[in-house]
Amino acid sequence: MNQSSILDFRSGTSFAPILILYSNDMEMISQRLQEKIASAPDFFRNSPVLFDLSELNENDMEIDVAALISRLRQLSLFPVGIRGGDPLQEKQALALAVPVDSGRSRGDPILPEIQKRDDAVPEFQAVIRDAVRTPAMMITQPVRSGQRVYAASDLVILAQVSAGAEIMAEGNIHIYNTLRGRALAGVQGDIEARLFCLDLQAELVSIAGIYKTSEDLKEISRKKPVQVYLQDQALIIEELS
Amino acid sequence: MARIIVVTSGKGGVGKTTTSAAIAMGLAKRGHKTAVIDFDVGLRNLDLIMGCERRVVYDFVNVINGEANLNQALIRDKNCNQLYILPASQTRDKDALNLEGVGRVLEELSKDFKYIVCDSPAGIEKGAYLAMYYADDAFVVTNPEVSSVRDSDRMLGILASKSRRAELNMEPIKEYLLLSRYDSDRVESGEMLSLEDVQEILSLHLLGVIPESKSVLNASNSGIPVILDEKSDAGQAYADVVARYLGEKKPLRFIDSKKGFFRKLFGGK
Repeated sequence: MNQSSILDFRSGTSFAPILILYSNDMEMISQRLQEKIASAPDFFRNSPVLFDLSELNENDMEIDVAALISRLRQLSLFPVGIRGGDPLQEKQALALAVPVDSGRSRGDPILPEIQKRDDAVPEFQAVIRDAVRTPAMMITQPVRSGQRVYAASDLVILAQVSAGAEIMAEGNIHIYNTLRGRALAGVQGDIEARLFCLDLQAELVSIAGIYKTSEDLKEISRKKPVQVYLQDQALIIEELS
Repeated sequence: MARIIVVTSGKGGVGKTTTSAAIAMGLAKRGHKTAVIDFDVGLRNLDLIMGCERRVVYDFVNVINGEANLNQALIRDKNCNQLYILPASQTRDKDALNLEGVGRVLEELSKDFKYIVCDSPAGIEKGAYLAMYYADDAFVVTNPEVSSVRDSDRMLGILASKSRRAELNMEPIKEYLLLSRYDSDRVESGEMLSLEDVQEILSLHLLGVIPESKSVLNASNSGIPVILDEKSDAGQAYADVVARYLGEKKPLRFIDSKKGFFRKLFGGK
């Protein structure tokens, strides 16, 4: 056999969600993770995950890396790398067969995007940044009462969403028709997510868990295209001109 | 191959059985051999409305269980020899039906009939599910009020996701809206949703508007489908529905307020 055909090293990019920790309270982390996983079990089951400790180390919050790794594995996640850890943390991780990801180690400037998140996300929250860019889900049929749609990406709907229907997306939601049901964008905590529709008569709209019900939407002019987004933890509903 | 039509709504009391009887009779009167099946096992109304309750010997459940063959259970209508009724059992419940058995009966009927009309029970449980599962076309009967519209919307979602056509990724069921018990005076006074309101919410192909009419109750009581009462507004509206379903163009009738008409006629305010 030709020796060169046995293996090859190639440069490439792989994607894994990055778990950024803002808290060192293991119970809180565990609980929050379980909630996240429950909301999209198929997405998270046996998913590789990188965890990022730079926020904690920035604030001198200590964390038991070994306990974190075993907790992640219990939740059927596969930790495949540690980021932003100090040498001791990296050693602990390596001892448990979790390699150091040098993508961004401690001391590097934190991306402004992440700082923005930090402003708006409640203190004890683990945010999972989805590094996987899946193409938008496209729906051309009406979403009727009682139907539910979950998109692990952006969601584009060309037909109406009826009262009693529920649509959820981890990214943005675009509805090129009337929205009468419930629409939740950024359900994994993406506060940058937005919702767009041509006629807002929704029962509920939500971005990253911050919501308004139809009771609060009374003043919104009907039959006008609007966008919904978050600004300083407040839900802004704005006519598109 | 027969075309299987389900008459459904979600909500009860909106006129499913009246509609099933009327359109089955309408199709048969035009010479298409038609069967109408009562899926409301345990309640059994269709035979009353068709006026054949005294002639029921075997029923749908008997056929499914192999206790009778189709020819024994089918009742030929006394007004039209192209129309047959398969009644529901009153002594059983909806669990007596099963998907495979219903499929078998429909397949056997398909060999011989042009149209098969399935009269669905109310609700979204097993009976309604079985009634719509094999359908090619759906007549969604809706009253002009919010809860009926909501339930119809729910049923449309089920048609789009749980039917055989949806499961096999075939061309979806053709959905038609039939707005029944429409009282144009009450629409005008704002007590009822208008045709436009309902259409905006459901956005479906409208097959017809059936006015609220005394003739419907009279027809039910006498066991003659209202479509045979050619003088009545409801009877004419159902005749239009059948014509439109068969591809004819008919202008919409019975949607303008009668009071409004007289007001216009006499120039009053």
